[in-house]
Amino acid sequence: MSLTPAELTSAVAGGIGSSPQRPDGNLKVRGEFAYASDLWHEDMIWGATLRSPHPYARILSIDLTEALQVPGVYAVLTHEDVRGKNRYGLEHKDQPVLAEDIVRYQGEPVALVGADHPETAQRAMKRIKVKYEVLTPVVDMETAVDDTPLHPGGNLVRHVPVRRGDQHAEAEVVVTGRYEVGMQDQAFLGPESGLAVPAEDGGVDLYIATQWLHVDQGQVAAALGLPLERVRLTLSGVGGAFGGREDLSMQVHACLLALHTGKPTKMVYNREESFYGHVHRHPAVLYYEHGADRTGKLVYVKARIYLDGGAYASSTPAVVANSATLGVGPYDVDNVTVDCWGVFTNNPPCGAMRGFGAVQSAFAYESQMDKLAEALGMDPVDVRIVNAMSEGSVMPTGQVVDSAAPVAQLLKLVKDKPMPPLSTAVDLRDMPGGVSNTTHGEGVVRGVGYAVGIKNICFSEGYDDYSTARVRLQIINGEPAALAHTAAAEVGQGLVTIMQQIVRTELGVERVTILPMDTSIGNGGSTSASRQTYVTGGAVKAACAAVREKLAKLAGGRDLAGVDLVGLLGDDVIDETVEWRHRATEPIDPETGQGNAHVQYGFAAHRAVVDVDVELGLVKVVELDCAQDVGKALNPQAVLGQIQGGSAQGLGLAVMEEIQTEGGKVRNPSFTDYLIPTVLDMPPMSIDVLELADPNAPYGVRGVGEPPTISSTPAIVAAIRAATGLALTRVPVRPEHITGT
Amino acid sequence: MDFLRPDTLAEALALKAQRPDAVPIAGGTDVMVELNFDHRRPAALLDLTRIAELRSWDSAGGNGDGGTVRIGSGVPYTRIIDELGDRLPGLAMASRTVGSPQIRNRGTVGGNLGAASPAGDTHPVLLAGDATVEAASTRGTRLIPATEFYLGVKRHALEPDELITAVHVPVTRAPQQFAKVGTRNAMVIAVCSFAVALHPARQRVGAAVGSAAPTPRRASAAEEFLSAELTSANQWESPKPLLDSVKRRFGELVAEAANPIDDVRGSAAYRKHALSVLARRTLDWAWRDYSEKVT
Ligand SMILES: Cc1cc2nc3c(=O)[nH]c(=O)nc-3n(C[C@H](O)[C@H](O)[C@H](O)COP(=O)(O)OP(=O)(O)OC[C@H]3O[C@@H](n4cnc5c(N)ncnc54)[C@H](O)[C@@H]3O)c2cc1C
Repeated sequence: MSLTPAELTSAVAGGIGSSPQRPDGNLKVRGEFAYASDLWHEDMIWGATLRSPHPYARILSIDLTEALQVPGVYAVLTHEDVRGKNRYGLEHKDQPVLAEDIVRYQGEPVALVGADHPETAQRAMKRIKVKYEVLTPVVDMETAVDDTPLHPGGNLVRHVPVRRGDQHAEAEVVVTGRYEVGMQDQAFLGPESGLAVPAEDGGVDLYIATQWLHVDQGQVAAALGLPLERVRLTLSGVGGAFGGREDLSMQVHACLLALHTGKPTKMVYNREESFYGHVHRHPAVLYYEHGADRTGKLVYVKARIYLDGGAYASSTPAVVANSATLGVGPYDVDNVTVDCWGVFTNNPPCGAMRGFGAVQSAFAYESQMDKLAEALGMDPVDVRIVNAMSEGSVMPTGQVVDSAAPVAQLLKLVKDKPMPPLSTAVDLRDMPGGVSNTTHGEGVVRGVGYAVGIKNICFSEGYDDYSTARVRLQIINGEPAALAHTAAAEVGQGLVTIMQQIVRTELGVERVTILPMDTSIGNGGSTSASRQTYVTGGAVKAACAAVREKLAKLAGGRDLAGVDLVGLLGDDVIDETVEWRHRATEPIDPETGQGNAHVQYGFAAHRAVVDVDVELGLVKVVELDCAQDVGKALNPQAVLGQIQGGSAQGLGLAVMEEIQTEGGKVRNPSFTDYLIPTVLDMPPMSIDVLELADPNAPYGVRGVGEPPTISSTPAIVAAIRAATGLALTRVPVRPEHITGT
Repeated sequence: MDFLRPDTLAEALALKAQRPDAVPIAGGTDVMVELNFDHRRPAALLDLTRIAELRSWDSAGGNGDGGTVRIGSGVPYTRIIDELGDRLPGLAMASRTVGSPQIRNRGTVGGNLGAASPAGDTHPVLLAGDATVEAASTRGTRLIPATEFYLGVKRHALEPDELITAVHVPVTRAPQQFAKVGTRNAMVIAVCSFAVALHPARQRVGAAVGSAAPTPRRASAAEEFLSAELTSANQWESPKPLLDSVKRRFGELVAEAANPIDDVRGSAAYRKHALSVLARRTLDWAWRDYSEKVT
């Protein structure tokens, strides 16, 4: 069996602006796609991870004796076996590969077992004896900074203040609120998995489901104490990511076992372990105060935002910056006082998830906009339009928004859509409670809500954000054939299709092949921040331009359009590799938050129509329509898919998705009790896609993946408020919040 | 782990007598989850899927009111919905709310009983509808009333050498209802559930709650109250719309029958509240239906 999913590299038809079918689509629907969990190697062994049962404890001793005696066990490893530096992390290297003397969250890896069978590994793992001295966990994000320090530098990960305008501005109409966002999980369907194969050069080849090959490579190499070139990563079949694969999970663990035993080592988490094995969305507590004049025009916004980063830093610093800099939403506000704190606690570590800090703020500022509308007796859409930012607006960071920002237009688009009829016939599938037969119309009240959001696209704050692409052109069997190679992770979003479309358009050749994504080429950057079509797409486009330049030289000044490529190229091969960067950003001032921190902004608006069974507290989202500007839809079908998926994930946060914790322990690590929307929860969507090109971006594209996740949640909650008249300041909204029981 | 695959019931019972530790597996929708998550490693699995007797139903007990359908413990939900919906409306309704189409294709009432989860969807219906569980061993066959079957959280009245061979469910043309609350509109475990069955021939009402106590249980006080109320007002012969006060009292008594806990799925207070709402609504639907049929 091949170790990379071949179908991802097979050809589709069509250039940019068309919607070729994904090469892996049918296989996935039929259940035949090879995910990383399907990896297999002759003679491989299986790894298992012993995890801490305690959110906070001191490890007094670890006894491996009995585990090592289990027949079939090849190795049992602890932190003492970590060959390189026992620390990793995306922004701060603060997380041990295997715990040393302290465990800081429930599920923290303590020891590894490698055995001939996954069951043997599990059995042996249960025979490892760890003595813990249980400590009192820090679990409250609002007081964590003054609580027991969990790391040498204390419990503050980052504080970002944003100060703009008059800090003492006063207004005629003032609304305040405290809001809470629960801990959402990415809930990708393919759990963490990979296969590490020891290599003859003393290094290792890792086949892995990840979002970012190169950042994994660097961290794995450092933990293994190996030079980069001896740690080679190849992307395997990835079953979704949504941010949850940006941090390491089993990468180093599998490599350690492989190097220690000399055997290919496979690790696959099951669903329960997956809940402990990756970071989640930061839960948040947000205090807001909005001041406006009688016309609804915002005079000032003040906010204090707390984000619970859990036990390790992960990407908390960047999430904090997003929450703060995007903290007032897509509105013009002259006077802004925002503070956002990301803190350490003994709750599960939190990091990247679709929307990345913008989701939490948006729930609060959009709830505030509705409250303001109510205080003013204004229509909720009107109050937003009065304040809507537009091209040329100045962000609270002082950054000028220099491409399309059609906030008012997006709001009008969703507002002007026809309303769904009130259903008359009783079809249980259309009712709150669905087929569970809880109502035939009794207690059902309809509500409508609106929201709009803003998201930064690509990496921010001066990060050197780039991608590398190689494009080769040659004649094969008398036909021009192009090949493209990057290390940018295809996680299910369709980048492989986009890359082919770009090459086809740029080079005018039909035959385009994509090489497997691996670290034999330079960094492709993360598949996150809605950035791959923009940045890797930009790199592929630039590599094609470099190929065209070579062709032009060969053609000696003749117009390429009329040239026969077969004759021109002959046996020559043109092979160009390009590193492509979007325009640079700047760090923000640590005291005022001022600076051109972001590359581009994306906007989406939603209108939600809900039916609420007010007696039982059950919700049916009847309609969830969206308008979004995508700059240019390179693949219109894929754009719709992103908007539908993002909106569904926002719906999940609005009404059901939450990792519930108690004293730092996860209470629902399974899909039995961590519920994600089904087809009966997510309504069909009517979507308006605007294509207002960003002159700074390749083809004018604007990142698509995250904005719909941001506005969907507050729109739905606004609709539930409209139906119930309740304040509903926490998501997910539970039946108890509606019934008051 | 031994995998025992009897072809006949007699063989299965003999095996179970020899190996009382063998865990029966029917649709496997509970058992396989436990195995996959390593929550259970029985010494032996006893596969019941080859036994034709368990995978059929018959109406030798009579098709009309007063009759009984005997459903083999291995008949999947999909078939109950498709083949028995007209005769056993409550059971079909509950079956429809179980899991997803895939789960309903595999999952069985026998398995639901074997698991005896307080949240199992068929239990309230079996209780309200006066069903009986047929259990067999090499020692013989006995009938256990549903009311005596559930002993505790995931504990039931089977002896270690017994298998569930069937459930006997009284046939009815009278209305039955089942409703469950979950925080998702499909594929959800009950936060609480409720079943009501009208028994006009005996002038009785059956009512039972699920997922709201250590076991599924009947709401006896609610049953008594409503039965008495309907009989004294001569409602069975000439039904009239139910008074709100009657529905409300019925709902209160149903909630009082529950003894729920706070857990990740819902609070105890919510469960009680929701049960009273479900009781009122389902009674209303059943009664309207009945009134239309009688008049
Ligand atoms: C995704 C999913 C969704 C689900 N949703 C629901 C739901 O909505 N509502 C619900 O009630 N349940 C639900 N379940 C649980 C399960 O599907 C049901 O309990 C089902 O009825 C079990 O039937 P089965 O035939 O698959 O049982 P199995 O898994 O085969 O067995 C279940 C138990 O019963 C025992 N058993 C089986 N047959 C016999 C027998 N003849 N005699 C003695 N013991 C026996 C087994 O040993 C085992 O302990 C769900 C399960 C899954 C995986």
